[in-house]
Amino acid sequence: MTSVGPTVVAARADGRAALIGYLPAGFPTVEGSIALMQALVDGGVDVVEVGLPYSDPVIDGPTIQAAAETALAAGSRTTDVFHVVEATAARVPTLVMTYWNPVQRYGVERFAADLAAAGGAGLITPDLIPDEAGDWVTAADRHDLDKVFLVAPSSRSERLRLAAEHCRGFVYATAVMGVTGARDETSSAAPGLVRRLREVTDLPVGVGLGVSSGAQAAEVASYADAVIVGSALVRTVLDAAGLDEAVESVTKLTRELAGGARGELRGPAQS
Amino acid sequence: MTHPMPDATGHFGRFGGRFMPEALIAPLDELEDCWRTAMADDAFTGEFRRLLSEYGGLPSLLYDASRFSEVVGARVLLKREDLNHTGAHKIRNVLGQALLTQRMGKKRVIAETGAGQHGVAAATACAYFGLECVVYMGEVDTERQALNVARMKMLGAEVVPVASGSRTLKDAINEALRDWVANVDSTHYLLGTAAGAHPFPAMVRDFTRGIGDEARAQSLELLGRLPDGALACVGGGSNAIGLFAAFVDDPDVRLFGFEAGGDGFETGRHAATISAGEVGVLHGTRSFLLQDEDGQTVESHSISAGLDYPGVGPEHAWLADTGRASYRPITDAQAMDAMVVLAKTEGIIPAIESAHALAGAYDVATELGPDATLVVCLSGRGDKDMVTAATWFDLVDLSDVVEDVVEDAVGDLS
Repeated sequence: MTSVGPTVVAARADGRAALIGYLPAGFPTVEGSIALMQALVDGGVDVVEVGLPYSDPVIDGPTIQAAAETALAAGSRTTDVFHVVEATAARVPTLVMTYWNPVQRYGVERFAADLAAAGGAGLITPDLIPDEAGDWVTAADRHDLDKVFLVAPSSRSERLRLAAEHCRGFVYATAVMGVTGARDETSSAAPGLVRRLREVTDLPVGVGLGVSSGAQAAEVASYADAVIVGSALVRTVLDAAGLDEAVESVTKLTRELAGGARGELRGPAQS
Repeated sequence: MTHPMPDATGHFGRFGGRFMPEALIAPLDELEDCWRTAMADDAFTGEFRRLLSEYGGLPSLLYDASRFSEVVGARVLLKREDLNHTGAHKIRNVLGQALLTQRMGKKRVIAETGAGQHGVAAATACAYFGLECVVYMGEVDTERQALNVARMKMLGAEVVPVASGSRTLKDAINEALRDWVANVDSTHYLLGTAAGAHPFPAMVRDFTRGIGDEARAQSLELLGRLPDGALACVGGGSNAIGLFAAFVDDPDVRLFGFEAGGDGFETGRHAATISAGEVGVLHGTRSFLLQDEDGQTVESHSISAGLDYPGVGPEHAWLADTGRASYRPITDAQAMDAMVVLAKTEGIIPAIESAHALAGAYDVATELGPDATLVVCLSGRGDKDMVTAATWFDLVDLSDVVEDVVEDAVGDLS
């Protein structure tokens, strides 16, 4: 199985940050989401992050909520996630981002087995803290899967250490205290959070929440190992007139973001 | 007597815990520290008692409902939480949490509300303490419960209609959590029931356990012994856990929770989470949950907005699991019948929520026999439910009149 860790480390060795692009499975349809995931890869993401649509996404802002509602209304099922993962996992390492209840309901061990069989790299778990993750850690280790837990600007150092001890692949640093969604300004809290993380772990650090442009990606790339973009990509799909236009605009935005992650579009330095 | 649950990490057996974004762990830790220190501080507990007494009108009466008892077939003692300030048990929880908000030095409170009862209670406590108050309420509910929107506005709260998801209580909670994560430094999330992430289930229980502590002492005084059963309705479960907490270590007192059976258990249109749900995670806690086979939350249905929630507090899940308490569904029709029986036998109009517990007393009386004494928590008064009741019983064609009144009231306040 492919961990995303070496991919992120290799990007860093190239003198750039890895780009991780998020879109939900089944949005706008299962087939449509597979085409859009391929567009992410064509546009230059290093890692694909497939979202599992959920009825109560408490850490997501209106954009990703709307996408999840669209996917669920179109009949998206848990098993569809594995089909979507299969479609991209041969090209780039592919993670699933999911709230915990769908996994618990599916069966933690069964989910891990099916994700591994589909070629998935592991899970990002936004509402599962390591303290509650015993079943998942066991299943992930059994199936050689990445475990990506989140840390936040509010996390004290013992929480950073706990998360880092339980992560494999990278540590996901949420750049702001808030929900997902594009923001005009980049986070002032993120560089400090990444610095505090570096004091407790050698794992790569990915930064997400609020990154929407090449310039913002470049700024995050200056201090993090991976740049994670979700809402901005979802927004381009919501704004597109049809699937073809969505594929085109996702590819275009991904190219811009990938350029940023390579440091080509460095924005004005922030203090 | 100290309640042994939850454990140090907030678990009631396999239930409870913290299923929350990491960003909220620090504020939950801060809240837990503040609450534990406060509860060990005589100045805090003394102030809480003083507020409950001078402002809340507590302790509430334990009333020997003799005419209702004749109908039920056992002696029924009603714990009259309907007489509290704001008309329900919820004043206990909001005063406790508002005091904690002050102690944490926070100036802003957010709350969720379904029908508006907790929203009104939270707005009341915030007005009393001079705290800013923002209440999240599903858009569907702001339309159904416009009069409570007017109440909250009159009390100085801002009411934010939530248009995401199913636009009801569960989505109002989602939106409140999104607000909280963005504003934790200034803001306390005043959750309205004994659910959510640790420490909320234990904290809300301890703020509402006066219901049971008072009822226990009042029973001993009135009867010279403990009651045979303690009965309460269960939505999220705050009035029930407040009652049960005092009796959980008394093995001879049977505990009964009554969930909203809606149109009937077999129709699938209900809110009987423990009776029909499966283990899952929602809003920060592991408990029983109405969910589909993919773990997506399923909408609940009940004539009683206060019971219309697809989850339930984790301690109830644990009490059900261990067999210490029994949980049963009561249909809309059973609850409405009990509502009118209490009104006509005792001159007390109960909240439809509380009527579920009254309806449950019939079967419990049959099981325990005519010599049994049952404490039933009359958790709230029924004034708020008169439009629903008038429509259900076809008492008078109120709908047009009431809509006009409500529109005027809301218009004037906005």
